[in-house]
Amino acid sequence: MRSRLKVLSDQVRRGLASAALRYVLILLIALAAYGAVLLMAGKDPVKAYGDIVKFTLGTSYGLSEVIVRMIPLLLTAVAVALPSRLGLINVGGEGQLYMGAWLATWGAITFTALPAIAFVPLLIFLGFVGGGSWAAVAGLLRAKGWVNETISTLLMNYVAPLIVGYFVYGAWRSAESSAFPQSPAFPPAARLPRLFGTRIHLGLVLAVLVLAIYWFVMQRTAWGLRMRAIGGNPEAARRLGIRLGWYIVIVLFIAGGIAGLAGMAEVSALHGRLRSGFSPGYGFVGFMISWLAGGSPLGMLLMSFLLAVIFAGGSLLQVTQGVPFAAVNVLMAIILFIVLAQIRFARRRRA
Amino acid sequence: MTWTFLWSVLSGCIMYGVPLLYATLGEVIGQRAGMVNLGLEGILLVGASIGFVVTAKTGNAALGVIVAMAAGGLFNLLYAFLAVTRRANQLASGLALMFFGIGLSALIGKAYIGTRIVGLARYQIPGIAQLPWASKTLFNYDVLVYLAFPMAILVWWVLFRTRWGLSLRAVGESPTAAFAAGRRVSLLRYQAQFLNGALSGLAGAHLSLALAMSWTEGMTGGRGFIAVALVIFSRWHPLRAIAGALLFGGAVTLQLQLQAQGTDVSPFLLNMIPYVLTLGVLVVWGGVRRFAAPGALGRVYYGED
Repeated sequence: MRSRLKVLSDQVRRGLASAALRYVLILLIALAAYGAVLLMAGKDPVKAYGDIVKFTLGTSYGLSEVIVRMIPLLLTAVAVALPSRLGLINVGGEGQLYMGAWLATWGAITFTALPAIAFVPLLIFLGFVGGGSWAAVAGLLRAKGWVNETISTLLMNYVAPLIVGYFVYGAWRSAESSAFPQSPAFPPAARLPRLFGTRIHLGLVLAVLVLAIYWFVMQRTAWGLRMRAIGGNPEAARRLGIRLGWYIVIVLFIAGGIAGLAGMAEVSALHGRLRSGFSPGYGFVGFMISWLAGGSPLGMLLMSFLLAVIFAGGSLLQVTQGVPFAAVNVLMAIILFIVLAQIRFARRRRA
Repeated sequence: MTWTFLWSVLSGCIMYGVPLLYATLGEVIGQRAGMVNLGLEGILLVGASIGFVVTAKTGNAALGVIVAMAAGGLFNLLYAFLAVTRRANQLASGLALMFFGIGLSALIGKAYIGTRIVGLARYQIPGIAQLPWASKTLFNYDVLVYLAFPMAILVWWVLFRTRWGLSLRAVGESPTAAFAAGRRVSLLRYQAQFLNGALSGLAGAHLSLALAMSWTEGMTGGRGFIAVALVIFSRWHPLRAIAGALLFGGAVTLQLQLQAQGTDVSPFLLNMIPYVLTLGVLVVWGGVRRFAAPGALGRVYYGED
């Protein structure tokens, strides 16, 4: 028994080691390819990578900034992973993030007199409902068999920032700053608390909690099991006596709500105001993270850290080397290409 | 309601509809071969940026269009490689291409932000200005506008009246059956995606060379996704795609006309019109569309090794 366990643990360790090796190799190839792109754009890739590593991993400030960026990435990744278990493709994390921030802002500038103990739960609730309702629209359209959720969530990504812009430039425009349109400042009680004396905020706790709940529900509850059973198989749902339509709407509501939390945390903890265009595409990258990790909780944690490093590095390179921020998309795409192409690094051993 | 106003609305429908029509036609070809390509947004950006840079450097807009087409076609082969050869998920492959296009176009176009160019030359239909109800600006378009409707007819003819088109549609309906009948599934899908990329690159070039006459990061604003939606709206038919593209062009024109007339409505609400309208049209269309989709759309084909 004991020896069998030992063999098993050896296998697990070898599996983990080969998975780690795989990810490291993917990253190295991607960095080499992106380095070539930088070189062609007339930049110095060695210096660029050196700067990124020195800044993000070498200083505690840089590392804390990476974790700050990791929060929305992790939340939007779970917002993609959860419905994907049901065979639903939610590409609308970006829009849901904006709507969560929007509704939370409404709460923050309306109930200004609340104490912090009531405000934080209210913001979490509003952020969740804001993003959730936005996604539920797509869920309803899908459940009715009218519009595929992929296309509707994609299109709604372009509408949500316009709603935010409409309010920020209109009804909510703060009188104190005319040059830069933004909402009035959140009352101090409506700011999510920050941790460790850095810009890292309560959103990190929320994100890790959401990830843990996601893991628990998927692995340990009948609900998760049923969801995996139905995934992409309407016939199974019918036999289990599940009304698939409602299931779709509810799952997308929860997923959108999780993305909404990301938006709420961004505006409440970091900016303290709603601004138009405050997200540099977190929702899209969340989709990518969920894909790269195959919906695995640990994988999403690692991948969102990696992509947060890339994001932080992207902002850095924009300042130090004049590389446009959007160029980080090239690096992300190369990583995705390599994973999708399923390039084998070692010959499969025959069983 | 004057003639001038009506004509300017019609003219807007055409100008803003044309780039979308090219992209939609490309995606119709691709989806008829059984592949959904969400990377259109990235191809449009690459076409727009490369077309603009070539035009700004050489002063030759026609060359810009041709290079953009070639670049779009080659760029989309990346997607084809993932989704056909490596049998990767089509949606994820498409989004990977989108990311790549966003980043690549930002790098390509960076030095040209703010550069102005003389766009594509415009030609008026001879004699039209003499007509009493027509204004002088009417039917004064670039060559790509005049070629758009013939292109739709050409795509229809190729898809429905040639052997190659028949094979392509067979691959989209059932790759297994098409393979059994001696069709080369992978080759046909690569060809379809090359054409899709070339047409979308052309669409992107039209955006930057004829409409905006400038390059800005992310200037396509989701038109790639709207094109994918319009393919569903047109029920995978090239000629119905004309209606879809004109509808979108009309939505943009309505938005711009209302803005020009100084209505009280916020520009943010007006900017929503194209997206909301596209979504609304899909909802209305939803009930009837199902049986028109190619049978193997979106599925990975595992055969042929």
